[in-house]
Amino acid sequence: MSSAAFVIISIVTLAAALGAATLQKLMHATLSFAVTLVGVAALFFLLGAEFVGLVLVFVYVGAVAVLIVFTILLTRRGVETHRGFNWGGAFLAVAVLGGLSWAIFNTQSAAVVAPRVRALTVARIGEALMTNYVWPLQCVGLLLTAALIGALVLVMEEKR
Amino acid sequence: MINQSIDGFLPPDVGNSVDQIFVNAKHWVLTWLTTAPGWAAQIVSSLINIFALLAVFLTLFALMSVLERKILGRIQNRFGPNRVGPFGLLQPVADGIKMLIKEDIVPARADKLVHFLAPILIAAAAILALGIIPYGRNMTPFTIDGGILFFFAVGSTTELAVFMAGWGSNNKFSMLGAMRAIAQMISYELPLIITVLPVVMAVGSLTPDRIVAAQAGYTFGFVPRWFVFAPWGAMAFVLFFVSGLVESNRTPFDVPEGESEIVAGHMTEYSGFKYATFFMAEYIGMFAITGLAVTLFLGGWHSPVHALEFVPSYIWFFAKLSMLLFVYIWLRGTLPRTRVDQIMNFAWKFILPMSFTCVVAAAVWHYAGRGLRGWLWSLVVIAIVYTTLSMLLDTRRKFAPRIYRFAE
Repeated sequence: MSSAAFVIISIVTLAAALGAATLQKLMHATLSFAVTLVGVAALFFLLGAEFVGLVLVFVYVGAVAVLIVFTILLTRRGVETHRGFNWGGAFLAVAVLGGLSWAIFNTQSAAVVAPRVRALTVARIGEALMTNYVWPLQCVGLLLTAALIGALVLVMEEKR
Repeated sequence: MINQSIDGFLPPDVGNSVDQIFVNAKHWVLTWLTTAPGWAAQIVSSLINIFALLAVFLTLFALMSVLERKILGRIQNRFGPNRVGPFGLLQPVADGIKMLIKEDIVPARADKLVHFLAPILIAAAAILALGIIPYGRNMTPFTIDGGILFFFAVGSTTELAVFMAGWGSNNKFSMLGAMRAIAQMISYELPLIITVLPVVMAVGSLTPDRIVAAQAGYTFGFVPRWFVFAPWGAMAFVLFFVSGLVESNRTPFDVPEGESEIVAGHMTEYSGFKYATFFMAEYIGMFAITGLAVTLFLGGWHSPVHALEFVPSYIWFFAKLSMLLFVYIWLRGTLPRTRVDQIMNFAWKFILPMSFTCVVAAAVWHYAGRGLRGWLWSLVVIAIVYTTLSMLLDTRRKFAPRIYRFAE
């Protein structure tokens, strides 16, 4: 049953990704991109990594997709014109694909059977974040605070 | 074989048969499937949970819609619906039939697909969120490790759905309403999550069942160990309740559908059954958020008095739920609508600092020994921050002639 679920989820995810890349209207592409993210989250669920899947939905669908949608809405005017084939984009896509495949094929663990790991519970993730990875966590917190203050400064009214 | 961790229903081992009647009924159905392959039993088990959930909450939705009108009528000194059936109780049936046979109007310039998908997505998200709440002993439709996180992850997709409704309608009122709704939902999602944190910290788990289990028992033999009875819990409960009110777009925070300004917000271009779906999703979302409030702060399905523990657990859950829902209706009948900027200021200047204070107060409570001393210390922390905030935010001293920035 799990392999059938994998095939179905993969087809939906890949179709949505294709839609995100090819749909004419930018808004449709964004919504399709959100479907892709949900599909990837479903794959994480299938692997038993519930936390990662939930955070993916939470952060990317709940926040990033909404952000993209608003950016498009507030910056674009009128209909999008077809501007010919995007060579730069194609080059970037091929570069990313190449880099990722290089990384995947050079990884040792892909060739052998995955070791039996303990269930990835939220408690274990929290423990790791608070012990081994406490400095990266704090750095991310500092960065986000800086971003928040930056956003406040940007929208602050100037006193006359 | 039934996967217990996905299924969520534990084998019936509790003696109280009335309490476990639904769990036992489900197991009785599943015993017919012992010869069937594992995946079939699992699917049937999930389907039973889904149908039970939908049946209960759609009935509650129908009941709530008529009771809301009745109570509002009572508050406003009039009768409310009293024509259809006894005491007007069959009013939802009449309303449902009316909605079904109405014409479904789609604007000519609307984005047909997005316009069609938005109500479905909103309803799906609202119903999914209901799944993680423990409705009684051994009665969680599905238990997952990060249940609370699931609730908010699913809830956060509502924003995209509201946007789809607003943008897909190709109407300026819809778009403005959707933008208001999204701004409001994002602003209040933050305090909503942060007020959950103290409970998660105190229990040490994101699983709703564990959170309910941690609230069992009584202090001094008569005060239930619900988190609402600790100072940080009481504060977090009030903040959670208000934020939940905003999240479900209820009066006094229903600016996304302020009739006098933007018709019906993102629902302007919807009619017939699609509008009914929006309406239903709003109510189901309300049930979900109040259900989570009951689970987190009001002890879930535990009884408030030791002597009344023979009453089935699900009755306690729904009694608490209906009490909170009554407060929702009561507030709707009492308070006028707030302005958009008031809502935003309230979120960022008051609710957010106060919810961070709850986290600190919960930590103080924990490190002071979780007893009476911790209780008093956390109360002191909250009192200090509250008085400081109210002094800082006091606007009465600086009233000045009003400046119109956008309406010149």
